[in-house]
Amino acid sequence: MKKELKLKVNGQPYDIFVKPKTLLVEALRDHLALTGTKRGCNSSSCGACTIMLNGMAVKSCSILALQANGAEIVTIEGLAKGTELSPLQKAFLDHGSYQCGFCTAGMLMATTALLTENPKPTKQEIKEGIDGNICRCTGYNSIIRAVTAVVKGEYKEAK
Amino acid sequence: MSEYSVIGKRVHRVDGPEKVTGSAKYTFDLVLPGMLYGKVLRSPHPHAKILKIDTRKAKRLVGVKAVVTGKDTLGHKQGIWRRFPELCDEEILCREKVRYIGDPVAAVAAIDEDTAEEALDLIDVEYEPLPAVFDPLEAIKEDAPQVHDGIELNININRHIEWGDVDEAFKKCDHIREDQFKCSSQAHVCMETHDAVVSYDYGGKMTVWTSTQSSYYIQRLMADMTGLREGDIRVIKPPTGGGFGSKFELDSAQFCAAILSMKLCKPVKIVLSREEEFTATKRRTPMYYFLKLGAKKDGTLLAKEARVITEGGAYTAMGATALYLTGFFSSFPYKYPNYRYDGYRVYTNTAVTSAMRGFGAPQSTFVGESQLDMMAEDLGIDPIEIRRKNGMTPNYEVPGQAFIQSCGLHQCLDKIEEHVKERGKLPPNHGIGVSAYGFMSGGIFNWFDTPYAFSAAVVRINIDGKVDLFTGACDIGQGSDTTLSMICAEELGVKLEDIRIHAADTGICPPDLGAWGSRETLMNGNAVKRAAAECKRQLLEFAAAKMAPNIAYDFDIKDRWVHLVDRPERGVSYFDIVKEAIRGKDGNAIMGRGHYTPHRKGMISPAYSFGVQAAEVAVDTETGRYKLVNVTTAHESGTVINPVGIEGQLEGAIMMAGGYGFCEDQPMDEGKILNPSIADYKLIRSLDMPETDILEIDTYEPEGPFGAKEAGEGLTNPTAGAIGNAVYKAVGVRINDLPITPEKVLKALKEKEKKKK
Repeated sequence: MKKELKLKVNGQPYDIFVKPKTLLVEALRDHLALTGTKRGCNSSSCGACTIMLNGMAVKSCSILALQANGAEIVTIEGLAKGTELSPLQKAFLDHGSYQCGFCTAGMLMATTALLTENPKPTKQEIKEGIDGNICRCTGYNSIIRAVTAVVKGEYKEAK
Repeated sequence: MSEYSVIGKRVHRVDGPEKVTGSAKYTFDLVLPGMLYGKVLRSPHPHAKILKIDTRKAKRLVGVKAVVTGKDTLGHKQGIWRRFPELCDEEILCREKVRYIGDPVAAVAAIDEDTAEEALDLIDVEYEPLPAVFDPLEAIKEDAPQVHDGIELNININRHIEWGDVDEAFKKCDHIREDQFKCSSQAHVCMETHDAVVSYDYGGKMTVWTSTQSSYYIQRLMADMTGLREGDIRVIKPPTGGGFGSKFELDSAQFCAAILSMKLCKPVKIVLSREEEFTATKRRTPMYYFLKLGAKKDGTLLAKEARVITEGGAYTAMGATALYLTGFFSSFPYKYPNYRYDGYRVYTNTAVTSAMRGFGAPQSTFVGESQLDMMAEDLGIDPIEIRRKNGMTPNYEVPGQAFIQSCGLHQCLDKIEEHVKERGKLPPNHGIGVSAYGFMSGGIFNWFDTPYAFSAAVVRINIDGKVDLFTGACDIGQGSDTTLSMICAEELGVKLEDIRIHAADTGICPPDLGAWGSRETLMNGNAVKRAAAECKRQLLEFAAAKMAPNIAYDFDIKDRWVHLVDRPERGVSYFDIVKEAIRGKDGNAIMGRGHYTPHRKGMISPAYSFGVQAAEVAVDTETGRYKLVNVTTAHESGTVINPVGIEGQLEGAIMMAGGYGFCEDQPMDEGKILNPSIADYKLIRSLDMPETDILEIDTYEPEGPFGAKEAGEGLTNPTAGAIGNAVYKAVGVRINDLPITPEKVLKALKEKEKKKK
């Protein structure tokens, strides 16, 4: 028996029906076709499905879609303003902070949430902020450099 | 040589904007109209006869569209060593026997994944379990169970490499060491698991979208297994979420989706679960290593003998190549006048072992560099000095095997020596270990038996000057699309944004063997450069006709400016020449083809990269736990085409190779992998990641495009050895089996303590 789910994703309200067992990541990817969010493990260990839920980084495979009823969600598709990339997206491009790109959505959402909560994190805090996210390609350090550059104000927020 | 305009510059990857906005569409994201979802039923037994498979109940489940077993296949056996039919031993959908836990026996297509999953439970498979064997040292015994019938002592393949007179040389040595090592398995852990969408239509044509390292290999192997003509199969590689060696053989997602799609004439998608990814895809080859090393008092290495027994798992896969390469790279990067290698790959009832980044060389480098440090200590020689004394130099011939042109090993040693000195006196229980390495830039071997060039590319220039680059090269995250676009732009004399790359689609791109063996930059790079040069030649003919009465003048293009080489201010715009050339050719597009196959370059590779790495660890002697403090690498990879790409390869390699030394392992019980999840399989996460410093050494490789060579896999070789040597320097215990876990360090510390008393 499907149940109603109301969500605001990237500013857009949605009203859909999902099975009670549907995970939030499934609702986003399969119902709303927001495929930028990835699934790497389904056991909340890899972080590829990280999104922002009410401003906090959440692994979207770790909660049921219905648990997010009424929530405000931001996914990777919601980071750019129009065609203007967010400071972190720009910094990721400049620092080569992604390779295969499959963890990138999760990394960008985890670091966006980190900077929302703590705009001036130390290096250690940045490392802690992405410790729940696996990247098999980059070795993390280029991601840390990109976040550090944003923290230093090298990238401006789009208006 | 003039300054380059494109290569060597810090650029954004050509796939960057899509990847940082989540708009890149992976196979994992694809949905086609009418698409069905497939799941694979796998053997729970390590070794068993299949007596009966009853699929009737599963077929009756509402929503199930097809159930297939081995009987629905042609029964062909596939293998990537196609030149040797006896090594093509994997049916993928087993008909009579399963040989490891995870071997596929049936597959289902249904309207959604849940239904397909439910249907798997309704398939009754009657097995007759057979005695199984898991350890290669057991499997080579006379009375061991036979994994494949008629294979004596379960020896799948052996390899012998020899030069000089090893036995005579050992007699002349002042000191000989004999040591044993054990190298563990490792999972690739691609973030995108193996997946495929296969669409077979009523016209008999098949399209495959898949996460792969070689669309050409998949096309050819799929043709072998389905009986379709190669040209009726189009394989498209969308953005791919990692490969690391796991994705260039035909896999169960691709093959089962194909068989199901052929039954239904509907698209079928199969995505392996993370657990399947750990248990039923390939993995790094575990090896027992027996090494004998002989030296003169002054540290001159006279002879080395390596004997290796590898755990093959159930099938051949790429394990045969790993067996050869570990033997070859066991001699690296030193000038052994006398060397002998004997390797045996042994079938076992375990998940198949095959290629993984480094391809046998991380194993040989760990054991070799560990033993070399022991030898240096025995002789009272500094570890860097013994490497310097014996290290390879430019224009060195590995007897009967390989010719090394460019080689910056000695500059790397100098840099690392400086780095170690700069670190000065370390705090207690800290140690720096050093490890030297080399690797190939693509393989010369053709076990796949391709009749095509190893790499090829086509360049087409449009009327507005935009360039379409068609190449079979596979960007799996390593960045080949960017590197090849840069090579194309540089050669043609245009800007990077003038290039649009179309890669790894067998329907429109020429074949390329794919992304393995660190081959794309050198091999496909040469093909791209030649194709671009051919286009440029055509443009310059028009330029010459238009501008130069004096035929002695040479022309070139740079930064979209077609000009006289000796008087660069005299020229015309590239865009104008393109327009005129296309009109002048009766509207025929400007196209260039290029290909590359290495000739007269020895047995292994056209070029080799080198480097030296220093790892610093801090050991807690109470717990055996240690921290990777810093890993500094001096490396050379010829001309650097894409510096951001190389940094990424290097740092990423440290995460993966450091993990091999530090924490990654696949413990098993009776053939069952005990940690098939990312929660239980320990990887280096951001908090464990050491500082990574890079010391770039300039070299120029004559065989490579603009002097470039590999920078992908070689970097995976040194780290485990450097960590092992660092732990020894820090606390004086030597761990000979990977990974070097806190438990092993602590146990060794206690034993050392006991001996003191």
